[in-house]
Amino acid sequence: MSLLRVKEATKRFGNLLAIDDVSLSVEPGELRAIIGPNGAGKTTFFNLISGLFAPTAGAITFAERDVTALLPEQRVRLGMARTFQITEIFPELTVEDNLRVAVELAAGHGLSPWLGRAAARGINARLEELLATGNLTSKRNHRVGALSHGDQRAAEIMMALALKPRLLLLDEPTAGMGDQETYDVARLVKRLHRNAGLTILLIEHDMRLVFNLADRIMVLAEGRVLAEGTPQEIAANENVQRAYLGEAAK
Amino acid sequence: MSWRRRALDLGVIVALLTMPYWMAAVGGYTELATRVVIMGLAAMSLNFLLGYTGVLSFGHAAYFGLGGYGAAMAIKYWNWGTLPAIAAGALAATVAAALIGALIVRRRGVYFAMVTIAFGQVFFFLAFRWNAVTGGDDGLTGWRRQPIDFGFAQLDIVRNDHALYYFVLAVFAVCVAVMARLIASPLGRSLVAIRENERRARFLGLAIERRIWLSFVISCFFVSIAGALYALLNNFIDPRALRFDLSGNFVIMAVMGGMRSFWGPLLGAAIFVALQDYVSSRTENWMFFIGLVFVLVVRFFPRGLLGVLARRGAA
Repeated sequence: MSLLRVKEATKRFGNLLAIDDVSLSVEPGELRAIIGPNGAGKTTFFNLISGLFAPTAGAITFAERDVTALLPEQRVRLGMARTFQITEIFPELTVEDNLRVAVELAAGHGLSPWLGRAAARGINARLEELLATGNLTSKRNHRVGALSHGDQRAAEIMMALALKPRLLLLDEPTAGMGDQETYDVARLVKRLHRNAGLTILLIEHDMRLVFNLADRIMVLAEGRVLAEGTPQEIAANENVQRAYLGEAAK
Repeated sequence: MSWRRRALDLGVIVALLTMPYWMAAVGGYTELATRVVIMGLAAMSLNFLLGYTGVLSFGHAAYFGLGGYGAAMAIKYWNWGTLPAIAAGALAATVAAALIGALIVRRRGVYFAMVTIAFGQVFFFLAFRWNAVTGGDDGLTGWRRQPIDFGFAQLDIVRNDHALYYFVLAVFAVCVAVMARLIASPLGRSLVAIRENERRARFLGLAIERRIWLSFVISCFFVSIAGALYALLNNFIDPRALRFDLSGNFVIMAVMGGMRSFWGPLLGAAIFVALQDYVSSRTENWMFFIGLVFVLVVRFFPRGLLGVLARRGAA
């Protein structure tokens, strides 16, 4: 059974048809990429999945539940976590406190006016684990807003990961990054997928990254599905080459 | 926690504990010290919402005044003791805040501030018009605070102004300790998360509106206790205790002292109350001078007087 199933989703903003009859299903353990030229509707599609917008038509099923009418926070609680194209973090807080908020919420302590010793130990242990995974241990006391782009992204991904999601949605995780940072983030995503078996759906514009990482790729153009398949199939697809890849595929 | 923060805590505690003894030396008097503590509590309560949740209310005087009227009416009409009267005022205000909060938490930013004013003014006009119960424009008179009976001993807060000061300070201490505890807890961190980035907070699974409601109610609860103490201090309450300009004064106190620092609003309140007392004995236009000081502080200390400290303390 698919973890995520989007059935014939359509999103209309006034006269603009941003998403036109797009279907998608993501299997557990899969790393799926969505690519497409600017304005293809990739982020809008993500917003439909994560609940920021309601679709004009169509249905979204997650973990065998119809989530079409659920609020973003309700979808999060079902196990859907996401990052954003422009990093969404708590800039004035330290790296550690950014993660701490997420870990405490995931542990169900979001309303606690105090923590017992055992609960605090569990939270601290999880915190260390996430700091290590994100390679952030040495920067734990830095204000996250003062970190490099790549580290901010790592912190955001770790916050999403703190929720122990069943599905991780990554919206252009390497947007605006240099080569080294892109490489670091790609390695992190790969590690999460291979080692932790996490199901990941990601939007990406960096071709090399996508062809290296993804199990399957969906290509969007002008709000419609242009092609879908393995990286090899996508690279060989003439429509895709014409619409999007151009020189990059050769 | 940094040594800087500890030193500040200690300094504030010592200053508050000794205030009635040095107030006269700097040209004040004990009642003024009591007023500083009460307004400090009000400003710190407002700041629970403003500084730690990032939500601006311009209607907190309504709950301050409700706390005051509640306590005053409990004493006048039912002959309640001081502590039950404070509880009655706090209960009335908290229920009102819970109901009104539920109606307005979907608004954000300046829209939220506007509706808090609007709802606040409802209580002002109620108190202003309902002569038979509230005394109308003349205020509620004909009652006095009562000595506090502990069974084995009595605390005479009626004539002994030092006793009244330390009673008020004790209530302040309990309220402030609870707020500090909440801010340092997982609940408090989730509120700061909303202040920092609402979208991220939502995508961590937080029901934002419910949390803002909770923060609003907590904040109004504490401000209502300040209001009850204020009525007790004056043996009097009138509709100005509910009016929107007092809400504005609370905001000025919090911003002037530093809304990102725990003690900032207390310092802001101390400066506000002292200036008000000193300048208003010389000119009717005292608000002009407070405004001038406010502008200067915001110009040269954009994070408030204690804001610089708070920033270093957080790092």
